[in-house]
Amino acid sequence: MREFRADLHIHTCLSPCAELEMSPRNIAKEAKRKGLQIIGICDHNSAENVLAVTKVAAREGIEVLGGMEVTTREEVHILALFGSEDKLFKLQEIVHENLHGTNDEKIYGEQVVANELDEVIGFSNKLLIGATDITVDRLVELIHELDGLAIAAHVDREGFGIIGQLGFIPKGLALDALELADPSGRDTIHLEKDLPFVSSSDAHTLERIGKRWTTFLMNDMSIDELRKCFRGENGRRVWM
Amino acid sequence: MKLQKVVQELNLTVMTGESLLEREVNGGYAGDLLSDVLANARVGNLWITLHTHPNIVAVASSKDLAAIIIVNGRTPEADTLRKAEEERIPILISSSSTYIVVCKLAELGIR
Repeated sequence: MREFRADLHIHTCLSPCAELEMSPRNIAKEAKRKGLQIIGICDHNSAENVLAVTKVAAREGIEVLGGMEVTTREEVHILALFGSEDKLFKLQEIVHENLHGTNDEKIYGEQVVANELDEVIGFSNKLLIGATDITVDRLVELIHELDGLAIAAHVDREGFGIIGQLGFIPKGLALDALELADPSGRDTIHLEKDLPFVSSSDAHTLERIGKRWTTFLMNDMSIDELRKCFRGENGRRVWM
Repeated sequence: MKLQKVVQELNLTVMTGESLLEREVNGGYAGDLLSDVLANARVGNLWITLHTHPNIVAVASSKDLAAIIIVNGRTPEADTLRKAEEERIPILISSSSTYIVVCKLAELGIR
């Protein structure tokens, strides 16, 4: 087994709130420079830049987990990470069917779809900053039906964090892990059920990439190995 | 004021707790961050929210709130209704917004 340094929550220029500099090539280069081996690409409610980042990151020797930061009906942010593009795009289809409204670039920002050459190939006109009609319980089920990992994003933030929005983590919600914006705040989170923690940058700018990270001790980089790390199987471990 | 009177005056739909409308209401709290409601709502309050998640029942139950009014005609999850019956929490639905519901409650003298 070996250690992998991962930043599982990075936005691209597709997210209206992220900087235009968050292009596929720039993200891959910056991740390399920061010494990351795994990055998770999680734009708000969309995965349209995942393939481009995956292609360029491969050249830098960086593994990409394709994902989304989905906003549930309760306005809770959940990271959905996948090992398979087909399954990621299946979830994206469901998310888009349940996401209403049109983006206003002047108010929320541009939603740039880019290719692996960092060329602008289009704009998403969906209101990616909005909330879906999918409940948090259903979303976690959907992610698991598609063999993905469900991580509650920035649980230490009041706005859009599951504890702020819902008071506590719902009983029976089968989250794989909890993400902390600030790992030093771990002791302030009270849990009824033990769950693994990760920390990630939630980068909306290049400079933020890799400022927070999580280390996985596992055999190789796959969604199954990550899942086993979260469960602590056969000596696999995860720490931040 | 009794819950029954609030239901009549605001034309609320009673989803659960039909038999609990004799409860007294002593004030209200409006909020959609459940962590904030846990911290600041008072025993016997009516709680006005747009949330429909089952956690609202646990919050209302742990704070001994009189009832929950869900705004904008949103439909609670089946699990929420089931838990509300178990925990004896009336769930009432208004087709109006939080602002309008709070205005009407204030007009009724609930402060």
